[in-house]
Amino acid sequence: MKRKAIVAAGALFCVAAVTLGGCASMPEDAFKLAPTSLQERRIQSRHYATADDAMLLRAGASVLQDLGYAIDESNTELGVLSASKRIDAKDVGQIATALIVSALTGSPTPIDTEQTVRICLVMNRSLADPAASVARITIQREIINDRGQVSRAEPIVETEIYQAFFARLSKATFLEANEI
Amino acid sequence: MSAGITRLGWVLIAVLLSAGCASQPPTNIMSGPSQVELRSYQTRAFDTTDRTMMLRSVIATLQDLGFVIDKADEDLGAITGTKLKGYKIRMTIVVRPRGETQLLVRANAHYNLEPIEDPRPYQDFFNALGKGMFLTAQNVD
Repeated sequence: MKRKAIVAAGALFCVAAVTLGGCASMPEDAFKLAPTSLQERRIQSRHYATADDAMLLRAGASVLQDLGYAIDESNTELGVLSASKRIDAKDVGQIATALIVSALTGSPTPIDTEQTVRICLVMNRSLADPAASVARITIQREIINDRGQVSRAEPIVETEIYQAFFARLSKATFLEANEI
Repeated sequence: MSAGITRLGWVLIAVLLSAGCASQPPTNIMSGPSQVELRSYQTRAFDTTDRTMMLRSVIATLQDLGFVIDKADEDLGAITGTKLKGYKIRMTIVVRPRGETQLLVRANAHYNLEPIEDPRPYQDFFNALGKGMFLTAQNVD
């Protein structure tokens, strides 16, 4: 009898946790500048010795096209360019794990199927040097599983990815990208 | 005794499930919280008339906060961005002139499917925006 009550209480707790988790409140720091925000800005930005930010934006558009992105939004006056692409998110390791878990538990485990990557490129005239421009990109992705649910929604933080983009932008503009 | 508590627990769960954040009637399309109160904490005035500079600062602040810009319209003075970090925040900012010397900045945001109605996140956003421009965000009556 006592054990039954404990099991019931456990089940109740789980259901409650899931129910309340669905309405989880927003993290308090969502709109606060993170202590690492300066560091992130450095990784995401490069300095180009040209005042022609429209040219840089055009070059950015062609780099994104080379990478297979579709332009979603562009505004030359504000120096904004946003692009996205949908790519495969299947991971052999994850599929193998899912198969094993499914075999053990008897219930199918969701696997990631596709991801949408979004890049936003913003050009600004440098505050320190009016003859220079600053390019900044931010990247994020959303991964969808085979049940159509969002399994991950996150910013891309890997420094190499940002470096690779700026290397291509430099090549396209014949300009050197300098760290800010 | 314990069976009674368990039953009470299930009733509570049932209430939570039915009243949770899942289903919203279609009437919500044209309704929201008290407009006057909401507008006051979603809005700040800044002592500048340079709209382009303000819009560029809004974009830079959103990038600092980890947003990707979805839409930028200079004519309308509107910027929309999305932040993904295990959750999804979508925010729109509209900049318009206020009198001869000021600009009015209004922001509104959703956290996942819920509108953000707590004044604090907006306060944090305007603080970050003001810091980037070396201007003070002023409350609007």
